This record gives sequence, structure tokens and C-alpha cells, in this order.
Amino acid sequence: MPVFNDSRKNVIKIAFVALFVIIVIRLFTLQVITSKYKTLAEDQGMFRKVVYPDRGIIFDRHKNAILENTVISDLMVTPNKLKGIDTFGICEILQIDTAQFKKKIIELIIKNGRSRPSVFEPLLSEEKMAKLNESMYRFAPGFYLQERSVRKFPYDAAANVLGYTAEVDTNFLKKHPGEGYVAGDYAGMTGLERSYEKVLMGERGIEYWKRDNKNRLTERLEHGDYDTAAVAGQNLYTSLDIELQELGEKLMQNKLGSIVAIDPRTGGILAMVSAPTYQPNYLTGSERRKHFSELFLNPALPLLNRTVSASYSPGSTFKTLQALIGLHEGVITTDTRFSCAGAFYGCGGGRPMRCLDFGTFDLREAITISDNTYFANVMQRVINNPKFPNVDSALYHWDRYMYNFGLGHKLGVDVPSEKTGNIPTPKYFNKIYGQGHWNFCTFRSVSIGQGEVDVTPLQVANEMAYIANKGWYYTPHVVDSIDGGDKLGSLSKYKKKIRPMEIPDSIFNAVHDGMQGVVDKGTGAGAKVKDIVICGKTGTVENYYRGVKQQNHSFFCGFAPRDNPTIAIMCVVENSGRFGGTYAAPIVGLMIEKYLKDSIVDKARIERVEQLSKLNLMPPRIFVELRKQDSLRHSKDSAYLLAKGFIKLIRDTVGIDDDQLDKEDLEKANKEKRNQQPVKENPKTDALLPNEKNKQSKDSLPSNKKQP
Amino acid sequence: MYEKKPIISTDKDWALIWLYAIIASIGLVCIFSVEFRANDDLIKSLFAFKKNYSKQLVYLIACAVIAIFILLTDSKLFTATPNILYVVGILLMIATFFIGKNVNGSRSWIPLGFMNLQPVETCKIFTALALAKYLSRNDTDFSKHKSHLIAAGICFLPIVFSLLQNETGLALVYFAFLLPMYREGLPPIYLILGFSLGVLLVVTLLLPAIQLIIALSVIAVLMLYALKRKMKRDKSIALVIISAWALSCLFVGIMVPFIFKNVFQKYQADRIFSMVGRDNPFVEKAMDDATVDIKAVKKGKDDKENYNVKQSKIAIGSGGIFGKGFLKGTQTQGDFVPEQHTDFIFTSLGENFGFVGCTILMVLYLAMLLRIVMIAERQRSTFSRVYAYSVAAIIFFHVAINICMTIGLAPVIGITLPLMSYGGSSLLTFTILIFILIKLDADRQMVLR
Repeated sequence: MPVFNDSRKNVIKIAFVALFVIIVIRLFTLQVITSKYKTLAEDQGMFRKVVYPDRGIIFDRHKNAILENTVISDLMVTPNKLKGIDTFGICEILQIDTAQFKKKIIELIIKNGRSRPSVFEPLLSEEKMAKLNESMYRFAPGFYLQERSVRKFPYDAAANVLGYTAEVDTNFLKKHPGEGYVAGDYAGMTGLERSYEKVLMGERGIEYWKRDNKNRLTERLEHGDYDTAAVAGQNLYTSLDIELQELGEKLMQNKLGSIVAIDPRTGGILAMVSAPTYQPNYLTGSERRKHFSELFLNPALPLLNRTVSASYSPGSTFKTLQALIGLHEGVITTDTRFSCAGAFYGCGGGRPMRCLDFGTFDLREAITISDNTYFANVMQRVINNPKFPNVDSALYHWDRYMYNFGLGHKLGVDVPSEKTGNIPTPKYFNKIYGQGHWNFCTFRSVSIGQGEVDVTPLQVANEMAYIANKGWYYTPHVVDSIDGGDKLGSLSKYKKKIRPMEIPDSIFNAVHDGMQGVVDKGTGAGAKVKDIVICGKTGTVENYYRGVKQQNHSFFCGFAPRDNPTIAIMCVVENSGRFGGTYAAPIVGLMIEKYLKDSIVDKARIERVEQLSKLNLMPPRIFVELRKQDSLRHSKDSAYLLAKGFIKLIRDTVGIDDDQLDKEDLEKANKEKRNQQPVKENPKTDALLPNEKNKQSKDSLPSNKKQP
Repeated sequence: MYEKKPIISTDKDWALIWLYAIIASIGLVCIFSVEFRANDDLIKSLFAFKKNYSKQLVYLIACAVIAIFILLTDSKLFTATPNILYVVGILLMIATFFIGKNVNGSRSWIPLGFMNLQPVETCKIFTALALAKYLSRNDTDFSKHKSHLIAAGICFLPIVFSLLQNETGLALVYFAFLLPMYREGLPPIYLILGFSLGVLLVVTLLLPAIQLIIALSVIAVLMLYALKRKMKRDKSIALVIISAWALSCLFVGIMVPFIFKNVFQKYQADRIFSMVGRDNPFVEKAMDDATVDIKAVKKGKDDKENYNVKQSKIAIGSGGIFGKGFLKGTQTQGDFVPEQHTDFIFTSLGENFGFVGCTILMVLYLAMLLRIVMIAERQRSTFSRVYAYSVAAIIFFHVAINICMTIGLAPVIGITLPLMSYGGSSLLTFTILIFILIKLDADRQMVLR
């Protein structure tokens, strides 16, 4: 045996050791240094299954559930278990043919794979559900039903207050990063569903599942030790009175407009009716998308919450505030008298502001008969008060009052999409007319609530609560308390009493006297309710739509009972024609009766309800546009229009707040606005409305959206 | 029987037996962790013999019986019969062409009813014995080229049949016999040549042929320039360099493409290229739209070739330092790694027991190999020494290639991890290999062969 070969055993040993060292080093980098494979393994071997809790239930003031959850089933299919299934049977129940069935299955296989369950038909209707339930054994195990929690509105009322939930879109996901939403989730889009989303949604649970190579979930990781349980959403107790709400919606049928009723003692909103409204259950079931488009395309804008998102000139209801300012400023006393000689001539020539009742009136009488001349004089005295160096500071002073009364700014109600309204400021007039080129006469129509002043129905109702309380209010709100505590502090601002300035009770008493007179013997006699002392004020608001004078809006606001008031309410019926006392006043009267007496018993009054609810005051332009839309739908592919409408709808309803509109959309809206008003209107067209430009843009803004 | 028992227990290399037992048990545990699910009934499935782990347990018991049987036989049996056994092995391999069973695309299995026998596997034993027999012959002078050729012929004949059976991976194992030959005096130039050929092959796979030929030419010119002075003394250096250069270019330009186009199956070529991260450049280019479509479909399949290695790396890499714990590996439990109970059994160890577990296994294998080398060096007979080195070489080759393939250092060529992988054929082969060695070692004092 050759000796020299002996050393080769060491070479061999070294080779063995060397390769094993290389392998161990490689294992070290793979297992200890690199973390890539760990995340890869987690991605494919583990699945975070999000467990959705039930959303919170919303109750009204009498603890009736007005928004709760119900269970609807999705029909699920696992394509690789379909062998030997009665395809005909299931097609018959689902009302599709076998070709469609096959196509759908193939689509699902491409999308989701063969061995994972996919949704074959979401949100089954009750009829299909019933049929499927009794013959499900024929389709098992390929098909099965999976329950899902859906929102349900037991009263089918208060749609715009409660809002709806919808699948989140990419826009939403961009705006809410890091809040755990993923595509396919549902979130509140309007109403309370939106403003209390974080409270209602609860806490999502996470289950960790093991997943196999075909992406099937096999078992819980570590028997669920790492899981977090889902916590159900918190329930909301609101101040709404659902029966009052229902009555309001009934009364406002076939009309455009709104009713807001507030409990002045707490600021809690009792009813918030926006007409036309829709049945909220329309937007929950299987047909939700179709209904959605219908509602969106409706030119009457049922999806718009007019109580906070529409603004109007307040008309004569503004006179109550003018009286408060005049008295507090000391420019008038309760006994100051002005006479109406047919019009207000305080500004000399031009077209004078007419007044209807000839004679000489003191403050109380002026409120009662709604005398224009009186309040023009009051405001003229306030603005031209020699204690102010110029009209700028005088108007600024006047503005302060209005802001304190809750106008010209968002009140901060817990219903989204609130508008600010408009109280003209010196800056505002300087911009239009230039510094020093305007005076009281320029904006004299503001004194009677026309022209540049703009309020939302909610602001008017709140102003009534302020007057009723004689100088204070709580920020109006729908939600009184949250079940399990207000963890996010969203309700704290509604618990603060707001008393912006000290105005003596005597001043309020005088205004109350006048307002009581309105109902007892004045313009608002229609609101009269037996045995209840109501203070109110009518308003007949002239308005323009795209430069064309429309029928007057009918306003009525008030509170009751006069001593210790428990309801402050306002009602507006858009383009009703006639006077504020004609339509709005009786509606308010019935609402007050219902709330204070708990029910309307008198036969004549019940008839009145029916009569009012049948009364159709829809402005003709709505029908014109409906007809236009119908013909468009016939001429164009309707499905395309619907789809397009659906896309636009989400944007509009989600981002109806000005500050939440996309910049792009705003620009587009502005452009449209500009196009619609090519001519800068001459302020001289009507003496009552010296500055129409502002008026038009405001009136036409909501209308922009209904252009098909 | 009673008197013979002490013979079994004396002078056996118990260290090797223990290493064998430990590694085989780890293998059983790993197979168990691949297949067992939390809601399985352990007792029921263990005795139903439907599951791989219960079958592997049966194989282990059978192997133990065979091991005892080997230890009880006379070691002369192994020195006297290698030639006959070798012929029987070759005949078995030929027989597969007639009675072979098709498993995963290769007709290399002979069904025996209770298990499938793979002659390529078992033939390793016979080849090792035959090589040992040839090299230990008194009239063999292993310094002559003729005996080199004969020894190579003995080792590489099974490769031919194995290639014909589409079992390229197993065929490669026979190159392990170069190691005992090297120990017995095969000039290292063969190994160096083989090694540089391997390096050249890898570089060929990594770089386009033209670039490589240019690089080789540059190297050749530089070498000629550097050895200018020496060349004046000895002209043959120039000849050697030039012929080496010419051969390399031939290898790169013609041989490798030829082998990849004609010798390897497409999937094998794809695997090799997937390891170096390139598309197979030797695939015929698509001619019309129809083939483009087919190619698009195949593209998905190509991804599948990478899929094995990727999943294997994920499983091992996610184990971390200490692993996820027994039966807690998500990748193993989710069946992500294909063929995990056989060729990729190492992944289940890597995921469940982490770097520590893997290192312990590597140390065990290394201990086994060094132990066998130690045993080999204490043999007095050439037969035993050659055989021992053959065993070490085969085990080393299997372990190295198998583990390198699971961690992405070698192409996936379907060879098992000794004593760990599920399968009767493989387990039986390694048991017999090791226990013949133990028997020979036990009798090392008896005769001088």
C-alpha cells in the first residue's frame, strides 16, 4: 500500500468539513440574517381574517330602535365541488340560464380560484332566500349560504338623518389611511352613519388562520391564542322622536322643503325632515345599486339633506332678530312706532320696499303683521347709528349679533354636510361694491331677510330655540348619549350651554308678545293649536332660479308653549307660492300638536294632516326635468347612464361638503356656474333684491347637480 | 444463536450505529410533522399504515431486521460475491425497461408488492462492493491508466442505464466513486480536471458563450505572455495551454449546448438554469402564434419549476434561529413545499427546528462521515477501506446535493437525504451500505485480504 496516499484522507476530511461549513453559513444567512422569508411565509401561510362586529343600533328618544341590524345571506359557491349538482334547479331559482351560470362560474374561477369559496350572488332577496332554503340540500356542498349583517330601518323614516353605509371606494381609502379600512368594507357615507362611524363600527376582531397551498383556511393559528375578539359598535341614543319624524315626512310629501324641530331645553333635535326623502331600506338590500342610481338621478334631490345642506333667505322670520338687535342697541323701544304708507321711502328714489298693511305700528304689532317698513327703519337706525364712525363698523357690529344668534357659521350639528349660510360682512360688500361705495340702502332688503342673507333651516330652528330660551342655546344635535360612554369625546360640545351675550328678558318678552300675536291674530294664524300658546313668525321668501323668479318659499318658525317652551321648530316649503302662513304654518301647527299632545285626536285635525300630505307643491321645473331625463333615457343607453350616475352619485353624496369636494369638482362646478350666468345681473331688476348675483348662484348651486 | 449473540455486540462500531439510529429517528419525526395534522387521530393513523410516517416506521423496523441479519452473516460473503451481485444489479436495471413501473415520469421502479424497488439506488451497494473487489485484487496496479479505466467503467456503467431511465440525478451520484479512487491513488489531475470542468460548466450557464470564449482567449494570451520565459525551456507548456484553451472553447461553444439540447430533458435543463437565475437559452425559438400561446402557458409551468425551490427556501428561511416548534410550521402544515416528505424533508426540519436544528443535523452527518473515514483508515484490507470510502462518498454526495438543493445552492435533481427522506428503497440502500461496513469493520482483525 503506497504510503504517500495516506495524506489524502486529510484532504477528503477537509473537503467534507469545508462543504458542511458552507452549508451552515448559507443556512445562517437564510434563517437568521434574512427576514424576507419570514414575511413571505407569513404572507402565504397565515391569513388575518377580519371579523366584522355588528354596527351600533340607533334609538330614538323613546328607546325605539330606528336603525338596527338584520341578517341577509350571500350565496357562496366553491367551483371544484360543483360536480353532480342540480344546475338547472339553481338556475331556475336564481332566474338565470345555464349559459350565464357557466360564464359566472368561469369568471369566479379566474378571479378567486377553483377551491376557494366565492360569492355567487350577494344579498339574496327574501323570495330567492325562501326558495333556496328549502332546497339547499340539492346544491350542497358546492353551494352554501353565508349570513351577513346588514342595516335595517324598522320605521323606514329619517333617511337623511340616519344616512346609509356603502362600500368604501379608493377615494375614501385615501382619505382614511391607517384606520384599517380595506376595499370591500362598508362605511357610513351620510348622516349619523357617517358622523358617528367610529363609534358605530365597533372594533374589528382579527382571527389568525393557517392557510394551505390552495389558499384554503385550515385551522386557527395556535388555537386562536393571538386572536383579538371583535367588539360590537356602540349604540346611539338620539333625541329624535320617530313618530314626530314620520308625521313630518308625511306632511312634507309631494313638496320640497324641510322641517327642523329642536328641544330648546337641551338642543336635541326632535325631527329633521328633508323633503323629498326616500325609504332608507331602499339602500340596504340586494337592489341597492339600482335604487341608488334612481335616487341620484331624481331632480328633486332626495339624497340631499336640505335641513343642513340647503340655504335660503330667511324672509320675514329674520324680523324677530332685527327686533332683538334694535331693542338691545336702544335705537327703538317697544313703543317706537313707524308708519307704513305703502312702502319704505327711507332710501329715497329707486324702487321702494312695499309694505302690505297701511297704518302706524309699534314693535309688537309690526312683528304680528310682518311690517316691512318697520324693520327697514330699525335696521337703518342700527346701521346709521352715529356712535359708529362708518357703515363698515356698524355692519360689523350688526354681524356680531347675527353670529351670536347662530347664523353665518356652522353650528356644529352632528349631521354631516352642514352649510354655513351667509351673513353679509363689510368685507363682502367691499368686494362687490368697493370700499365706501355702499351704505344701508345698498342692502336694505337684508333688513327683512331678503338679499344677501342666507340661512339653513337648522340655523332658523336654532334661532327659535335661542329666542325661546331668552338668550341661550345648546348646539343642536341628534345624538344625546352613547351606550357605553362617549370615549371619543364627540358629544362634549353638545353639553355646553351657549350664552353669547346678555340681553335682558324684557326685550325677549316683547318679541315673544309679537310672535304670539302672529299666531293668535296675525299672519301665522294657520299654526294655531287649541290650548297651546304658540309663538311664531311667518316668512314669504322671494327667490330666483337661474335668474328667473320662482314661486315664493313658504317659511314658518316658532316655539311652544310660550312659557317654558319645549319645542322650537321651523318649516320651509320651497316654491309653494302664496305666503308663509299658507302652507308652512299649518304644518308647524300640526307638528307642535303632535309633539306636545302626543297625538292628534281631533277628526278635523286628522283630516287636515291628510289634506296637507296630499297637497302637491312640487315646482313645475322638477317635472320638466324628469321628463327631460326620461326622454334622454330612451334615446341613450339607459344602463350606461345609470352606471355613470352611480359613479357621480358617490362623489356627490360623500363629498357634499364644500371643503370635502375635490378641487377638480369644485372647479367644474364653478365653471358650470359661470356658464349658466353669462350676464352679470343688473342690481336694478328688482328693488327688493338689489344684488341678485349672489342670490342666483346660491339658488342654482344645488340645482347644478341634477343636470343629467 | 445464543452463542453468536456476543459476536454481534462485540467490536461493533457503536458510535456509527447510534448516529445511524439518531438520524433515522429525526427523519421519522420530520416525516411525521409533514403529514400529521392537529385533528388527526394519532393511534388510528399510525396503525392503519396509510400515512407515510407509519409506513416509514415499518420500513425502519424492516431495516433493523435486515441490519441484524447482515451483522449475523459472515463477512466473507461480501468479499466473495461482489462480481455476481454487480451483474445482478445491472440485470435488475435492464429489467426495469421491461417490468418497470412508471413513477413521476421515470421507469426506474420495480414493483415488489409491499414496496417499489429502485435498482439504481440498490445498485450503488453492488457497485461499491465491485469497485472494492477490483481495487483490492492483488494483480491490480492502480498506478496504471488501464486500471483507472476499468475502475471508471465499473462505476460509470450504471450511469448509462440510469440516464436511459431518465434518472439523471441518481446517475450523478455515481461520480461519488471518484473519491475512493482518489484515495487509492487516482492522480489528482482527474479531480482537478473534473472540478475545473464543473466551474467552467457553471460559468457557461451564467454567461453567454461568446463573452466566455473571449474571456478564455484573453486568459490564454495572458498566460502565454506570463510564461514566456519558461516556454523557451519547455515548448510543451505552450501546447498544453493552447490545447486547454481549444478544449474549453469547444466545451463552451458546442458541448454544453449539445448536452442541454440532446442529453437533458427540457425540465432538467430548465431546473439547472432556474438555479442560476436564467431562462433556458437552448430552447427552440417560437415560430408562430400558436407556439407563442403554448409558450405563454409553459411560462406558468416554468414558474412552477422555481416554485419548489422558492417554497423550500421560504420554509427553511422562516424557521429562524430556534424554529417555529414541532408541528407548528405554517409552511409545512399548509403543504406549500412539494415533495416535502421525500426530497425536501430538510425543509420541515428547517422550519420546525430552525437554524439550531439544522446545524445539529449537519453536525450529526459530518460526525457520521468523519467516523466512516476513521473506520476506513483503520482497515487492514484494501477491500474494506475502498468500500468504506465509497460509503462515505455516497452519503456525502447525497447530503451535500440534497441540502444545497433545498437552500438554492444546487439544481433540483431529485436525490434523497440519506436516512431522512421517506421511501423504502433509499432507506434500505443506506442501511445495507452502512451495516455491511459495520460488519466488515467488526471483522477487520479476522483476515488480511
